[in-house]
Order: sequence, then C-alpha cells, then structure tokens
Amino acid sequence: MAEEMRVVLRNYGKIDPLKIDDYINAGGYKSLEKARSMSQMDVINEVKKSGLRGRGGAGFNCGQKWTFAYQAQADQKYVICNADEGEPGTYKDRIIMENDPHSVLEGMAICGYAIGATKGYIYCRGEYPYVVDILNTAIAQAKEKGVLGNFDVEVRMGAGAYVCGEETALIESIEGHRGEPRYKPPFPPVIGLWGKPTIVNNVETFANIAVILEKGADWYAGLGAPSYPGTKVLTLTGDVVNKTFVEVPTNTTIRQVIYEFGGGIAGGKAFKAVQIGGTSGGFIPASLLDTQIDFDSMAAIGATLGSGAVLVMDETRDIVDVVERIAKFFEHESCGKCAPCREGTMRMHKLMSKVNQGKGTAQDVALMDKLGRVMSVACLCGLGQAAPSPVLTTIKHFKADYDAKLQ
Amino acid sequence: MADYKEIITRYKDLPGGIIEAYHAIQKEQSYLPEEAIIAAAEVFEIPVKDAYGVATFYSMFSVKSRGKNVIRICESAPCHIAGAADVVAALEKELGIKMGETTPDGKFALEFTECVGQCQATPVITINGKPYGDITADKIPAILAEYK
Repeated sequence: MAEEMRVVLRNYGKIDPLKIDDYINAGGYKSLEKARSMSQMDVINEVKKSGLRGRGGAGFNCGQKWTFAYQAQADQKYVICNADEGEPGTYKDRIIMENDPHSVLEGMAICGYAIGATKGYIYCRGEYPYVVDILNTAIAQAKEKGVLGNFDVEVRMGAGAYVCGEETALIESIEGHRGEPRYKPPFPPVIGLWGKPTIVNNVETFANIAVILEKGADWYAGLGAPSYPGTKVLTLTGDVVNKTFVEVPTNTTIRQVIYEFGGGIAGGKAFKAVQIGGTSGGFIPASLLDTQIDFDSMAAIGATLGSGAVLVMDETRDIVDVVERIAKFFEHESCGKCAPCREGTMRMHKLMSKVNQGKGTAQDVALMDKLGRVMSVACLCGLGQAAPSPVLTTIKHFKADYDAKLQ
Repeated sequence: MADYKEIITRYKDLPGGIIEAYHAIQKEQSYLPEEAIIAAAEVFEIPVKDAYGVATFYSMFSVKSRGKNVIRICESAPCHIAGAADVVAALEKELGIKMGETTPDGKFALEFTECVGQCQATPVITINGKPYGDITADKIPAILAEYK
C-alpha cells in the first residue's frame, strides 16, 4: 500500500494555522533566517539544485526563474503568489493556505530576499473570501512578530476569471485592468508588475521553499521522480470512493492514486476514464494507468499533471457529454483577446453540442480534431493552447463514444 | 443609496485598487450600478469605458441589478457529473425563477458559476460567497431559510 508523503502539508493538522507561534514552534521562519545568512545567489542555487519545478502547471524550474529576476536590474522588484486556483476540480492551494498560511509567506519572503524584492502580493481568487481573511490574519501576525523583516505582503482578490491564473493576465488584474494576457516575451521576471521584474509562483511552489532550505537541495532532489522531484498535492473528484486530497511523491502511478489513495471506483463500477490536471487536462484510458504522475511522464502520454486535479469517471459516464460541458467552460472563460481562442472555443463548443445532441457527423469530429490542433499552437496563452486537449484526447482514446452519437 | 464615491475613495491610493473598490460596492449593493462605475472612473482617473471594461470582464461583478443574496451553482465538470442539473432544477422550483433571474421580492438571484474549489463535496453552490456542499434537493429549503 502506497503511503502519503507530506512535505508541502508538513504542518497539516499539527498546528493552528491562525497561531503564528504554532508555526514558529514547528520550526517555521527558521529557513528564512537561514536564507538571510546566505548570499542571494546561494539561495537561488539551492532552489535550482533541488530541481523544484513550478506547481501551477507549467513546470518551469523554479530556481532558474528566480535567476532571471535576480539578474534584472531595477529599483523595485515584486514577488507574486498565484492563488487564483481556478482549474475545475482543484482545491489544493486552498487546503495549503487554510492549514498553513505562514509556509506560503515564508516561501515568498525567501524568494523576495533571493531576487531583491521587498514587496509581495498574493492574488487570491474571489471565490475564496474566507481564505483572504486567513491570509490577512497571518500577514498581520507576521508583521507584528517582525519575522518578515523589510518584506511587505498584500492580498489582492480576483473576481471570477479563470484566465487570471495565467501569470501575465494575473499581473494585469493586480494593476486594476481586465485580466487579458500580455504578449511574451518579455517575461515577468524581466518586465512584470508595473513594468518591474516580477516572480509569479504558485502557492504550492512557495510552500516547498522553506523545507528545501531546511533539509537541503539533495534531500529534495531525491524525492519522487528525478526530473520532477518532490511531491504533488492532488485532489480526487468524480467517481472515486475517497473524494479527498492527498500528497504523494511524484513517482506515484495514476493507478496507485485512483485505487490505493482514492479507494477505487465508487459503487463497485468499472473504470472508464480519468482526466488529470484540471479541466484543460487530457483524458486518460485504462491502458495508461501505470504512468507516473510526474510532469514528463504525463507529457509523454499526451496528458498533463497540471494543477493535480484527478477527475475519475466510471463506466456509466457519457464522455461526449462531459467534454461538451468542458467546451462550454472554455467558451465562457476565453478572454477574447486573440482570435484563435475567442473564435475557436466558441466553434468547438458548437460542434461538441451538435455531436452530443446526436446531430453530428464524422466530418464534424474531423473538424474538431483539426481546429483543436490549430488552437494548441496558434492561441496566445496557455488557456487557448490547452483548451482543445480534452477534445483531442477523447477523440484519440474514446472514439467509440463519439461514433455512437454520430448520424 | 450607498455613497459610491465615498466607498471608492477609500481605495484611491491603492495602485490598481479599482477591483477591490468594486468588491466593496458589491458587498453593499450586490451589483455595480452605472453611477458607481462612473464614480470609479473619476476617482481612479481613467476613462469610463475602461472602468466599465473592468466591471464587465469579471464574472463575479454584475452591471445589472440583481437580488440581494446571490446564489451561484457550480456547473464545472466535477459538479456536472455529480448532478448539478438536478440542483438547478430544484432551486428554480423552490424560488420560482429561472437561472439568471431574481425573485420578485429582490431577495435571491440565481446564477451559474464555474468551479469554486470545494470539490470534495460536489455538487456545490455558494450564497454570497459562502459554500454549501453535497447539495441535494431536500437540503435546499433549510439553506435558503438562513437568508429569509
């Protein structure tokens, strides 16, 4: 039986998240102190050596990203924590912030020291007003204790826009604009918030930082899969027995996640499909369940680890109906800035509806396949590029479900 | 009527604070009236079109009058397969209105939302941002009673 490995959630259930003394007594803020006794470059090298890759979905080497911001010359730099967790089926960042908010603040402050930033923002989604309260309490406590030194943190609330999880759209939103992604390059570590070098990392990424400095890069690099070390917090939804969150090493297989941690399929039914990484993730058939969940193993089968959402569907589920629902989501959430996404998501939804209503033809499916491939390369940001993935992967792995609905 | 300018002015010195100001107005008023958007444009010294552009970009903001208590039903994939359609039908029946409408007494508005991050307890609804999970038709009257 596989066991959970709690690195990010190391303090879960052990401390009162609203008491900073509990966090400090558990060793909290010692890593920040340690970082401040090191050179900035040594801190960055330690993070780089640990192999930690971004936990928001893009999987970029965290220390490498920090290097870009460190090297950029500017009178002000910023650290932003992306807490705009909007990927359907995902609530891991909420669990982290609700149960250990100081671990996120400490990670941000270490990043601030490393890159030379004195100001941080947490951009928390508008659907989590109760999390905003917890974060503000934690920040007030940290200021009172003086543990953050000259590093200031402010919480900003989103207002219901999935695209703001994209880092440049998020920056636009903090600036008080419509959350439309920017053209890249330049990337935020060079030109970010208010034109200044900015690091945007996910909540879970920041929650990994203090423990890396405490136990060392070598220790961290030895956890899970070598190319994507550490753990991942997953949220299990759909037709699993245990609809819950788990934190597992990244060399855990999908099968272990569903059958050992998830307790298998609910109601004694058979497995049909699992969608991993949120609503933009690929659908995975039974034949690929022995794949490890790490970033590169998932990419190799045309899927993603993404945010770590795991949506399990049993044999009775209508795949085409679920994908139509997902296509509607992307039509709604497309910001409209670039034509391939604005028009593509709308067309994709129309075609999916047609097929789901039994009015589609084989030509329609072929058209969706083509449209999806175009969008995945032509759209401006990750939203539009990933939007067709559920359509493309289900056409590939669950063609029979489509055929059954065609005229 | 709330004094929009007074509320918005509290955020004047916050860089990019228009979104926070809109949240504050909606807390009082449940939507963003035209006068509030014009006032925000003045306070933040931006064109009215830009203030309106921000107000209409984000799904939690409404530029149309709506009920005091905003009920949002999640229709993202995990809630969809958990029976969100049944929750929609039950709420429409209980309140006597359709999705997107407000009750005649102005107490409740019914809206769709995408994932609200409470997926351990699908299907989920929120009322004024507070989540309620594992929703079934028979739970609805008691939940609504909290707001009557």
